[in-house]
Amino acid sequence: MEPFVVLLPLFGAMLAMPLGRLSGPRAAEIATTALVGLAALYSWHLFFDVAMGAQNARTVTLFTWFSSGDFVADWAVRLDTLSAVMLVVVNTVSFLVHFYSIGYMHEDDGRPRFFAYLSLFTFAMLSLVTADNFMQLFFGWEGVGLASYLLIGFWFKKKSANDAAIKAFVVNRVGDFGFALGIMGVFYVFKSVEFDAVFSVVKANAEVTPWGAAAGAPVRDLTITFLGQDFHALTTIAVLLFIGAMGKSAQFLLHTWLPDAMEGPTPVSALIHAATMVTAGVFLVCRCSIIFENAPDAAALVTLVGAITALFAASVGLLQDDIKKVVAYSTCSQLGFMFFAAGVGAYGAAMFHLLTHAFFKALLFLGSGAVIHGMHHEQDIKKMGGVKELLPFTHMLMFIGTIAITGVGAPGLILFGAPFGTAGFVSKDVILESAFLAGEAGRPFGAFAFGIGLVAAVFTSFYSWRLMYLTFYRRSRAPEHVRKHPHAAPDAMMIPLVPLAIGALFAGMAFYPHFVGKNAEHFWNGALYLPSAESHAAAPSHGDAGEAAASTPSHAAPGPADHAAPAAAEAHVEGGHHVPLWVLWAPFIAMLIGLMTAALHYGRGDPLKPGFLRPGGIVYGFLKNKWYFDEIYDFLLVRPALAFGRFLWKEGDGRTIDGVGPDGVAAAVAQGARRIVRVQTGYMYHYAFAMLVGIALFVTFILLRSGGGE
Amino acid sequence: MTETLASQPWLSLITFLPLLGAILIPASRMGRPVDANGQMSAKDQSMADKVAKNIALLFTLMTFVLSVVVYLAYYDPALPGYQLVEKVEWLGDGVNYKMGVDGISILFILLTTFIMPICILASWDSIKHRIGDYMMAFLVMETLMIGVFSALDLFLFYFFFEGSLIPMFLIIGVWGSKGTKQFAGIEMPSRVYAALKFFLFTLLGSVLLLVAMAYMYFKAGTTDVPTLQQFKFDADVQTWLWLAFFASFAVKVPMWPVHTWLPDAHVQAPTAGSVILAAILLKMGGYGFLRFSLPIFPIASDAFAPLVFALSIVAIIYTSLVALAQEDMKKLIAYSSVAHMGFVTMGTFSGTEQGVEGALFQMLSHGFISGALFLCVGVLYDRIHTREIAAYGGLVHRMPFYAFLFLFFTLGNAGLPGVSGFVGEFLTMTGAFLYNSWIAFFAATGVILSAAYALRLYRQVMYGELSKPGLLAIPDVDRRELLMLGTLMAFALYLGFNPTPALDVFSPSVDALVEGYSAAIAAGGR
Repeated sequence: MEPFVVLLPLFGAMLAMPLGRLSGPRAAEIATTALVGLAALYSWHLFFDVAMGAQNARTVTLFTWFSSGDFVADWAVRLDTLSAVMLVVVNTVSFLVHFYSIGYMHEDDGRPRFFAYLSLFTFAMLSLVTADNFMQLFFGWEGVGLASYLLIGFWFKKKSANDAAIKAFVVNRVGDFGFALGIMGVFYVFKSVEFDAVFSVVKANAEVTPWGAAAGAPVRDLTITFLGQDFHALTTIAVLLFIGAMGKSAQFLLHTWLPDAMEGPTPVSALIHAATMVTAGVFLVCRCSIIFENAPDAAALVTLVGAITALFAASVGLLQDDIKKVVAYSTCSQLGFMFFAAGVGAYGAAMFHLLTHAFFKALLFLGSGAVIHGMHHEQDIKKMGGVKELLPFTHMLMFIGTIAITGVGAPGLILFGAPFGTAGFVSKDVILESAFLAGEAGRPFGAFAFGIGLVAAVFTSFYSWRLMYLTFYRRSRAPEHVRKHPHAAPDAMMIPLVPLAIGALFAGMAFYPHFVGKNAEHFWNGALYLPSAESHAAAPSHGDAGEAAASTPSHAAPGPADHAAPAAAEAHVEGGHHVPLWVLWAPFIAMLIGLMTAALHYGRGDPLKPGFLRPGGIVYGFLKNKWYFDEIYDFLLVRPALAFGRFLWKEGDGRTIDGVGPDGVAAAVAQGARRIVRVQTGYMYHYAFAMLVGIALFVTFILLRSGGGE
Repeated sequence: MTETLASQPWLSLITFLPLLGAILIPASRMGRPVDANGQMSAKDQSMADKVAKNIALLFTLMTFVLSVVVYLAYYDPALPGYQLVEKVEWLGDGVNYKMGVDGISILFILLTTFIMPICILASWDSIKHRIGDYMMAFLVMETLMIGVFSALDLFLFYFFFEGSLIPMFLIIGVWGSKGTKQFAGIEMPSRVYAALKFFLFTLLGSVLLLVAMAYMYFKAGTTDVPTLQQFKFDADVQTWLWLAFFASFAVKVPMWPVHTWLPDAHVQAPTAGSVILAAILLKMGGYGFLRFSLPIFPIASDAFAPLVFALSIVAIIYTSLVALAQEDMKKLIAYSSVAHMGFVTMGTFSGTEQGVEGALFQMLSHGFISGALFLCVGVLYDRIHTREIAAYGGLVHRMPFYAFLFLFFTLGNAGLPGVSGFVGEFLTMTGAFLYNSWIAFFAATGVILSAAYALRLYRQVMYGELSKPGLLAIPDVDRRELLMLGTLMAFALYLGFNPTPALDVFSPSVDALVEGYSAAIAAGGR
């Protein structure tokens, strides 16, 4: 039964095109939506079965995929709390997006294809999250990349869409380059690519002997030679895997594809480029949390990159005028929050934010879709204004999304064991507090991430309210006919937003106790690294490790596994009482600063008047041009690669190899060649003749030898 | 290693069945009246052409069925040694007619017999003149190619190996495309230039191979391959012999820098010729490394492995970059072939089970995928008569089925998991990583580049507006094309999701090979 939770969307993907041909697009829409809906129901069932209640974690194996010596990987459905959470997120959002697309895409000719791609994406994402080995995870990883490529380029007549699609795929491949090497590194060290085998070795700190090495060592102390240098084995693997995560989750340096990916239809942006696919990197880090926890340098890198991304993307988001680009940069920034949470060891918090973010970001994207639809496909918020009057319901939903992302709540107020506030408030606060505590405990970049996170929170609040002001409030700047006749969104587009809005408001409070609160240990059940669970479990079973852990002061220097994060986790258990009051209030105040600034600037006078940053200024240009990453990459990588390819072709192949080789030789024997080519296929006989001569010589040789021998 | 004798000469039957078809084609023409120039009447000619095509299709299909039946009924995939062995006294004194297969070769025979009917189908309408001769060339070539993979006597191998070039020369030189080229100061048809280039490259290799062979025979007193594999040549002798064999196989693979004949040959060859070239002929080089270089010259192979890695990496990166700059569809795919074969040589010389099995799998998979890509180009060429990328654009509007198939193979070529290409690529890189992570590091950059050139090609040909006047009425794939491409897609997809059946066939023989190889290196004092 369990495989169906993955396979149902695949059936939908395969059925959509034939159904579209036979009985029209409506049949394809209904079939795919219904199948994903079924999968969503089933994943909620599994979620309660695996994570919330009985803890029936299990793995269902289908058949072997790879089998070459020790390199064995199965097609499997691994169900533990981590995959169950992802199943729920992916299938639920996917179902709602399918539903929404029935309305949003109703004028498009390629609907069956669109729904086939959406379902294909869902299948790939599900096979990613339910993998029980690195290879299947990689399969899903590339599969979602493919679906993303197809959907970004869905309107394939547009050059910009095609360019964006290719860019997304190729930049992701840069990440996959690291990911693939990471998997090979795993196999090199562990002689297996199965999660259970690998993680249990790391957990027990068992002795391993890398391939071809003379002697082994306990895995946490092992050094391997990578690219001619000796490195700590787990750090090397973790960094390589993280490079993959950076690509997929659009982290700093590999983020350039995500804003361009907004060329795809808006439901795609909501599903793939906000709620699910881009969170795959966070999922990967959490899945391998036991490795990252024992690779402190790698964890520090995750923290650093996450924090930089959170700030960088938010800073670019400040000045974007395209409604989808604002939300896209916001996604990029929120992913940064998730990463630095994971980096400081708060994996539960990272997954928690992943969940709440899926709700409010899908809501914001789909809401933006409704705005774009209503404003006759206008995406520039400078040309909007006053949309609240035209689309009041959409405004309400977007407002909920905005208070969720900016983090409106009541700091310090605990109701039913959870802080009181919107989903984003609860989860973002947990992250910032974890970072603060990790910083206190001396974990590298913990304090840095906390500080950066606060600044990013100010930016987040500012660009979110700026978007609200420019889009919904003040006088309308839209052309007459748009103002007079806004397109009211069909019900199919509005209904799916309601559950998302409910999630954006309440998911934080509802799931807090399980993800990071008092039930966390029971909830996660070993699916990801929890410091408290680790220290409890370690003591009885591994005497040495337990003693070592016990003898380490809990606020000692930064190091693997046992220090910073337990403090953070305990803090959550008790509802944030361990952090000073100012830390508790800081995110809320950051939100208020952003809100006030936006309100002051956009709430009165001309909303389009220049702000602190004058157009034409250096900072303005820097932000407006997204820190010039596209230009730099184009100049440093893309153009040289193309030019170098041409050079190698013309000069390397043409002038050097052929020039010295066949052409050169031929020129030298031009006389002979001239004679040969006189008969069109004459050289052929020549060759056959040469071969015959050779054979004749050989036969002669044999005969001579046998003659001599006998 | 044990050899299992065949109850019947099955391999010889499979090998020579196509040759029988080749003989029947001229025979079927006998008795038809000809004029003074030796030409038949138009009606007779078209009749004879039809007969020739049907004979070719029938015999290639029969060969395919026979090979599958023999494989299922008589081949035991659990055995590591040679099976279905036939041995007949031939030239005497250690040179025999000896055939046999193991896990390394058997699937190449099946690949050959599988690809051939597709090639015949691919030529069904596109070849307009001398059809009978064309079909004969293909049938003869099939015999020679199967022979290459089943010969267990070095001299017999040489005969098949070099002989297979002759029909290929003819196919390129006679049925190749139009256009002229300046070469050695003379104007000649481009196809002749291509064939001549092929000749010049190959000649060097085969002369050296022949000399090495003679020396080995002189030393070991036999050309029996299993005996030679047990015969321990001195380390310094191995060096020279290895180089001689390398020269021949490297040209065939082709490895950088002796690859430049391939793009020209591909561009000039008719579609089916390109398919055979990519799917089978290139594999003869990779097969040669595994059958001869590694087992017979283990110490030299180990010593030269760094050279092979260097050339493989250069091939992967260099030709991928060159592929990015191509303006001709066939050239682009040809360069990508060189890059993909770089993975094969890299995996082979890693000397690890994953690397070698990956190399074998990559060769199989490349047979399906690049064969199919050349067919895809052929589909367009048959309609518009140009291979220039810039001449196309927006075809997806008129050719949805073609768009789907072409996309599948394009992505397969870029190593997407779920398609067979990924399995071989990943296993060879893993094998290389175990040897030295630098190699895998460089090879993995090829994965980025392959996505770039493959998607660029697809975008320019398929996407955008359909605005070029010549393309407005272009028809989608017909049933024959759908059958060919659909079959290849089914195989590539099946092996992508379930490569284990093939890997299981490889593994007993590869295990034995890798074990023997490591033991020999250890004994040789690495």
